[in-house]
Amino acid sequence: MSAVSVRFTDRRSAISLAALAAAVVALAFAPLWAGRDGLRLLGEIFAYVALASLWNLLAGYAGLVSVGQQAFVGLGGYMLFALAILAGISPLWAIPGAGLIGALAAVPVAALVFRLRGHYFAIGTWVVAEVFRLLASQVSALGGGSGTSLPAAIVVAIADTRTMREFVIYWIALALAVAILALILLLLRSRYGLALTAIRDNELAAASNGVDVVRVKLVIYVFAACGTAMIGALVFLQKLRISPDAAFSVNDWTAFVIFITVIGGIGRLEGPIVGTIVFFALRQALADRGALYLLMLGVVAIAVMLKAPKGIWGLIVDRLDWQVFPLQRRLVPPPRPEPN
Amino acid sequence: MPEAVSAPLLDVRALTAFYGDFQALLGVSVAVARGQVVAIIGANGAGKSTLLRSIAGLMPGRRDAIVFDGEPIGHLPAHRVVARGIALVPEGRRLFPSLSVEENLLIGGQLRRPGPWTLKRVYALFPALAERRRLPSSALSGGQQQMAALGRALMSNPRLLMCDEISLGLAPIVIRDIYARLPSIAAEGISLVIVEQDIAQALAAADQVYCLQEGRVAFAGAAREATREAVAAAYFGV
Amino acid sequence: MEWTNTILQGVLTGGLYAMFAAGLSLIFGVMRLVNIAHGDFIVLAAYLALVVTETLGIDPLVSLVIVVPLMAAIGYALQRGLLNHTLGDDLLPPLLVTFGLSVIIQNGLLELFTADSRRLQAGAIEVASWQLAPGLSIGVLPFLQFAAAVAVIGGLQALFYRTALGRAFRATSDDPAVAQLMGLDNAHVFALAMALSLAVVAIAGVLLAVRANFDPAIGPARLIFGFEAVIIGGLGNLWGTLAGGIVLGVAQAIGAKLDPGWQLLAGHLAFLIVLGVRPEGLFPRIRG
Repeated sequence: MSAVSVRFTDRRSAISLAALAAAVVALAFAPLWAGRDGLRLLGEIFAYVALASLWNLLAGYAGLVSVGQQAFVGLGGYMLFALAILAGISPLWAIPGAGLIGALAAVPVAALVFRLRGHYFAIGTWVVAEVFRLLASQVSALGGGSGTSLPAAIVVAIADTRTMREFVIYWIALALAVAILALILLLLRSRYGLALTAIRDNELAAASNGVDVVRVKLVIYVFAACGTAMIGALVFLQKLRISPDAAFSVNDWTAFVIFITVIGGIGRLEGPIVGTIVFFALRQALADRGALYLLMLGVVAIAVMLKAPKGIWGLIVDRLDWQVFPLQRRLVPPPRPEPN
Repeated sequence: MPEAVSAPLLDVRALTAFYGDFQALLGVSVAVARGQVVAIIGANGAGKSTLLRSIAGLMPGRRDAIVFDGEPIGHLPAHRVVARGIALVPEGRRLFPSLSVEENLLIGGQLRRPGPWTLKRVYALFPALAERRRLPSSALSGGQQQMAALGRALMSNPRLLMCDEISLGLAPIVIRDIYARLPSIAAEGISLVIVEQDIAQALAAADQVYCLQEGRVAFAGAAREATREAVAAAYFGV
Repeated sequence: MEWTNTILQGVLTGGLYAMFAAGLSLIFGVMRLVNIAHGDFIVLAAYLALVVTETLGIDPLVSLVIVVPLMAAIGYALQRGLLNHTLGDDLLPPLLVTFGLSVIIQNGLLELFTADSRRLQAGAIEVASWQLAPGLSIGVLPFLQFAAAVAVIGGLQALFYRTALGRAFRATSDDPAVAQLMGLDNAHVFALAMALSLAVVAIAGVLLAVRANFDPAIGPARLIFGFEAVIIGGLGNLWGTLAGGIVLGVAQAIGAKLDPGWQLLAGHLAFLIVLGVRPEGLFPRIRG
């Protein structure tokens, strides 16, 4: 007797995925058609898509609402500079190195902050980020409170020409974003993904069904820290300069990321992508307004949270029952036997 | 033409109630006259608690589905229904754990509705509570908690008191003790609606009995006329 | 004597931190809401006091008479109009909405007042001090702030445990549905709690503004100090929160004495140690 099978893809998601794949290929060739500014903007977009997707994984799937991910962005940035300047490691290898260090640092951090629940957990992660910031300002080898720049010798060693260097950094950004999204997708399709959905729905029930809640959350937290640290390393490699305030900025690495995810749609993989596009479109439109721009973003986020809590993508999904990433588990019944 | 004498105090007309997509009440009509004791019986899930919660204002409803003393109250939220004079002793007692016994009683009287029930009067009715007035409410036994919940509801000086399964989880002797005090409550002119699992107790205490079955009224009549067969048939939907 | 002086200063500062914390733990106790914008409201109160003192030409401490009721009204309206709609089982909406509020307030103040550092002038009281012993003196203002903190916490305790309103708060916190059966309107009770919280915030904000420089960006740090005081002291216990604030203040003072750059780190360290070793806090109240 044939059993019921679980299928992820349906025709619409197959089409959307193919379209997405085509877009990625087009983006890979961006050095041919985008100018310097265009490449830099795209790189920023990739970074935010990745950061928002990771935050979405933490908050929307694992229920770990962190307002302290800037801790790992800054850690990643500082580790890149430390590995390159103090340990003489090539910056390109320092990126995964920073990721590894971020993952390792996440374990004792989790041991502490997991003792807090809910809102208090959120503020606890903020405190950790503050501690990282203060510690970074104490390290005089890396510029202390005012920060430092990446020495020219190291920068030049990345590639032969400046143009090539910018291409290389761009490709790494694209590769990193795609890799992180792909890993998140695989994670959610695996048993971990099922465990996460169970935890999100009802933590107690999940635990009594044998889900090791603490371990699942720890794995997710470490994974997110690793990815976030690598993004941080890449961002500051691109900027060529780091300082504690920039590296651990709540605005840049948490406020924007949260707004992107909320507006795009929490708890769905497509949300952060939609949110990043909207965010950058708004930024291009309101570019020079500074504080007013942030204020508006806050108002929009609150409005979305109250009126459309599932975000823009959530609205689209509800209307059209659409999915781009094949994540929804659909049961396929066994074929019916032919009647005689 | 005065209709005050013959009109019921509480008139529930074709009440419906939903939990999401699930319909718990499919058009229930119940009437409680002034000074009457009405029992609502039925199997688990029949809709008894839902009926009380709807009357109490804890569930959204049609404006004129519930009429109290001639005024439609179906649309009112719970805190306004209490102000009109309907009190509910909720299922499971649900005393406030952060409050002492006396504070639980005092908060029942939060609205300061005029009437005979005061702290002193409640303590006279339930002396066991007076002895334990300063203790946290969680320190009471089941029966004492039930008395405290009753007292708390009485402190709002209701004209209609609704009791949801006050015998649940209590020993028979304790149940008899509590039911023995109901007549003195009813004697003041308070109308009573009692939801009960214990059919014998319900029939003994009530004037009228309604039996609910899967969200509908399956039997309605005077308690002393209710035969075993009729009640069983209504209860189980046979 | 120098160390005694340091510790004494830390204790007095701790009173201010305890006031930051009191408003925070009050609303968490009543409605399980943590207001991420709490620190920014403290700063908002400081700016309100600035405007009031400048337009009316009155003493900052006198401005409390206007700022406190004003902030209370803002709190009531905020809860009733916005935050009540975020309450529920899901943790994300209130957290994200108050986070959004934090960003809005900070940037709104930035637009209105620029990033310049400000200070409220309280006159002679700012530098007055009492000599307790040779080499040991306490400032009148810091002492007043500490006394205010003790008074506020004592007042809140009395309110919660001896008044009908306090009963209403505790009952609504225990069981909002049954509280309605007592005639309590949840929306109104929650709004009163927020009004009370922001009233305390107003006092803290004005005292902060007289004591130190302020600018639109210092809100989050106040939130963190208040939060750390709550965690160190233990949830559900206002006097514990005072103790927590004192521990934090003393830790910061000792850190600053060793090296000015270590002040904040020392405070965070104390917090992390308590979190690691005794996560329930120093004086947790065991709930029944």
